Amino acid sequence: MAKELINSQSKQYVALTLAGQLFGIPVLNVHDVLQNPQVNNIPLAPPEVAGSLNLRGKIVTAIDLRCRLGINTRESKDDSTMCIVIEYKGDMYSLIVDSVRDVLTLPDKDFEKLPSTVHPRWREVSQGIYKLDTELLMVLDIGKLFAELEERAA
Amino acid sequence: MDDLLNEFLTETKENLDRLDTEIVRLEQEPNNPELLGSIFRVMHTIKGTCGFLGLPRLEKVAHAAENVLDVIRKGKRAVTPYAISVVLEAIDQIKFITAILEESEKEPEGEDKTLIACLNAVATGDDGEDSVETSDIAPPQEESATAAAEKPDTQPAITPEIKVAPAAVAPIKKATPEKEKTANTEGAADQTIRVSLQLLETLMNTVSELVLTRNQLLQIGRSQKDSEFTVPLQRLSHVTSELQESVMKTRMQPIGNAWNKLPRIIRDLANELHKKIDLQMVGEDTELDRQVLEMIKDPLTHMVRNSADHGIETPEVRKESGKAETGTIKLEAYHEGGHIIISISDDGKGLAIEKIKEKAIANGLATEDELAEMTEQQINQFIFRAGFSTAAAVTSVSGRGVGMDVVRTNIEKIGGTIDMRTTQGKGSTFTIKIPLTLAIVSALIVGVGKERFAIPQLSVVELVRVTKHSDNKVEFISNTPVLRLRDKILPLVSLKKVLGLESGQEDSFENASSLFIIVTQVGAYQFGMIVDKVFDTEEIVVKPVSSILRHIALFSGNTILGDGSVIMILDPNGIAAKTGEGGTNEAISHAQTQEKSPTSIDEKIAMLVFTAGGRTPYAVPLALVARLEEVDMSTVEFSNGQPLIQYRGALMPLVMVTPDYPLHDSGIQPILVFSEGDRSMGLLVDKIVDIAEEVVKINLPSSDHHGLLGSAIIRGQATDIIDAHYYINLAFADWFKKSHTLGNAGSENRSRNRRLLVVDDSAFFRNLLLPVLSVTGYEVIALENPLQAIELREKGEMFDLIISDIEMPQMDGFAFARNIKTEGGWNNIPLVALSSYSSAEDFQKAKIAGFDTYVPKFDRDALLQTIDRILGEVALAA
Repeated sequence: MAKELINSQSKQYVALTLAGQLFGIPVLNVHDVLQNPQVNNIPLAPPEVAGSLNLRGKIVTAIDLRCRLGINTRESKDDSTMCIVIEYKGDMYSLIVDSVRDVLTLPDKDFEKLPSTVHPRWREVSQGIYKLDTELLMVLDIGKLFAELEERAA
Repeated sequence: MDDLLNEFLTETKENLDRLDTEIVRLEQEPNNPELLGSIFRVMHTIKGTCGFLGLPRLEKVAHAAENVLDVIRKGKRAVTPYAISVVLEAIDQIKFITAILEESEKEPEGEDKTLIACLNAVATGDDGEDSVETSDIAPPQEESATAAAEKPDTQPAITPEIKVAPAAVAPIKKATPEKEKTANTEGAADQTIRVSLQLLETLMNTVSELVLTRNQLLQIGRSQKDSEFTVPLQRLSHVTSELQESVMKTRMQPIGNAWNKLPRIIRDLANELHKKIDLQMVGEDTELDRQVLEMIKDPLTHMVRNSADHGIETPEVRKESGKAETGTIKLEAYHEGGHIIISISDDGKGLAIEKIKEKAIANGLATEDELAEMTEQQINQFIFRAGFSTAAAVTSVSGRGVGMDVVRTNIEKIGGTIDMRTTQGKGSTFTIKIPLTLAIVSALIVGVGKERFAIPQLSVVELVRVTKHSDNKVEFISNTPVLRLRDKILPLVSLKKVLGLESGQEDSFENASSLFIIVTQVGAYQFGMIVDKVFDTEEIVVKPVSSILRHIALFSGNTILGDGSVIMILDPNGIAAKTGEGGTNEAISHAQTQEKSPTSIDEKIAMLVFTAGGRTPYAVPLALVARLEEVDMSTVEFSNGQPLIQYRGALMPLVMVTPDYPLHDSGIQPILVFSEGDRSMGLLVDKIVDIAEEVVKINLPSSDHHGLLGSAIIRGQATDIIDAHYYINLAFADWFKKSHTLGNAGSENRSRNRRLLVVDDSAFFRNLLLPVLSVTGYEVIALENPLQAIELREKGEMFDLIISDIEMPQMDGFAFARNIKTEGGWNNIPLVALSSYSSAEDFQKAKIAGFDTYVPKFDRDALLQTIDRILGEVALAA
């Protein structure tokens, strides 16, 4: 495991899906994965902020990743949601996604820049894609994901 | 940074802080060998470690200082103020070097030759002061004490004469009481360890988590009766509570830590200002949260400096006023019901109330009349305002006007309050009340819609429950809710609205059968927050919100409740700012001027009270109403969309109070007729309620609704005061222009382009006069006081007529008239006095002062006729 992490030939990602699209977050950024947590509403918060939740005594701000990426909101509320907890600049955030898959080890040779025809909203938060056998995995850049939200808060 | 160096720096810093205090004590007790020993050891340690770490510059300074201390300790030299000053200077230099070391990990370049020379001179006795023989100040046993310190192991049996218990010696069991004390304090030092703050924070978080889990378990336990878990659960609960308490204690530090710099500061100040000051400190052991301690350190220092600089007089002055030459500043700290009280008192000259008054007037914070109504206590509060310093001259110590307001702001930031009492000639006392900890606050948990929020208890003044049948009712001023609370109008804020939680009309609080109003105080501004439910008070752990939410000013943080849910903590400051009241300071002055200016004239005015849609009654000064009529709504005709009626052989436009006021097509409805010249307009109303003679205080400026001057309590009810001027304009907007272009003969012509100046301190009367005069066609400038008028004169403005009130603060009408008639370019302008007093005597007085004529305040027609007559005369004369 440790060997793989420092191996410069490949990187590890937590794979997740949003509206059928496969995404990846660098595994070292991920603190926790939660299923159906109780999210408390925050009035006046930006639309991307779904609320706050209590993760073992720590307050975590929940971000609706669908909203952040401009994907339609989930149709039925009953569907179970998954949360990926990450840390960004000392604060804890949880990204609400549709489902979480495995941790994938992806070789660098399969990495490619995002085609320029992809919607700018996505290009803005992604470093590139990995070509998997059957699918494409888009890598999310945590810093860029929050840059805009931070700017608005400033 | 190097671990060793880091440790050295931390330790040295602590030691130096202690040294500051001890050396000042040494000056007062020069023969205390214990103290000397302790000081010497600290310096010795610093020197030794420097040599070890290879810090030559620091070592040299420490060495020279140690030499001085050594000769003093050995009794070869006496403790003189000069020697103390030099040693203190050496300590400052060591502090300076260590500060640079901390930043750059290197010693700064340069040498300290002068300082070392001074130190050496003191050590060798070349400083010109007589060297003192050892025998009288240093008892011989001291030598042996030093010996004992140097080889503790070889001296197991210490003779009772030895007064010094050196650090190296293990706690001495059998000793004199004095020795016991020393042993104890040193023993305590041995039993403490250094722990990083990070670790403490982590501990604190883990414990909060444990508490939450415990609470959950307890809840499950309660639902299962006779479970075998009950007893262990109880034990777990106790242990958790105990653990939580202990961990909380790790955050606590004695307040003495914030005080230990003060003796040094006071000593230096006393020397500089040539005063004799004794600083007494009581309750150094009182503990409070580390975070709070940091926040009050600077304010406290500032206040003590203030006391020394402004409070305590010079010895000569003190002697003259029969006080002891040495002034006393007393610092006291103690716990009181979840708060810590710190008081700073001095027996100096107290605050000079006259100076504060002068300054308040000079800074435009209050007028003389306002000050006359204030209590001493209220006047003293001015020192907490920005830009206020009573020191006549700016000294290096204080007097730059950035004083007490900063102190107050800092203390309020941590949820504390500051109060002051002073007796002239006897001294003053400042009392600060602050919460024990910032991390845990007591909060009120309230429900708004489906959400829950926490409001810090400190800002809650009271809770009022309002139901359909209760005495307190929510009233409205043009859709803005207010509550009448003990005869004062309290502005209300619907949290549901502010927080954007309203889901529809039926959801609004107006339809709720019962609601709660949380009366909140922000600075001097009081307002009520409307909530649906009040649950409980709870001790909450305040946690900051994540950075992407920090821009929402309504929240000061968030917290986790006992049931595990996360809720937001409301910030009353932010809510006040968002709902109208700006900065706290402004809010205060605003509230005061709003309250004060109308009260400066306590005259009763006849107000016509009526209703016209909505819940709030309206009122208008009766003097403005020409007639009351009733119209048959079926006779209403329309011209260009404007409703009209035939009235006295002419068409009269009808105006509605609010644009959405329904216009009925049948039935009889009362109207108020406002007339000017040959023009009249009618204001449609539901019902004329009453004519009330009242002292009208306009409390709230109306926010967005045009046509309102504000609101006031009339007949014990919140009432909107309408602005007649606005409605007349509404009806005659285009008529007006027409009549002008046609150039109607007579008064119309005369009034055109005539400039009138109205001076009256009451905003209410200015607003009342404006419509009357401007509708007649005059150009009117209304000013609040004669001083502003004189300013205009200096600028070269000209008027055709000046109308002035008599009773005004700062400068009354008589003085104003005399000024006009004797100075400047206005001496030919006719002056009309306007007053509610209309005796022959008043009339005479006005004439003497220079007024051309005198009109009773409420006689509208008389005023208009007078103006017309005077301007006519002037025109003829010209």
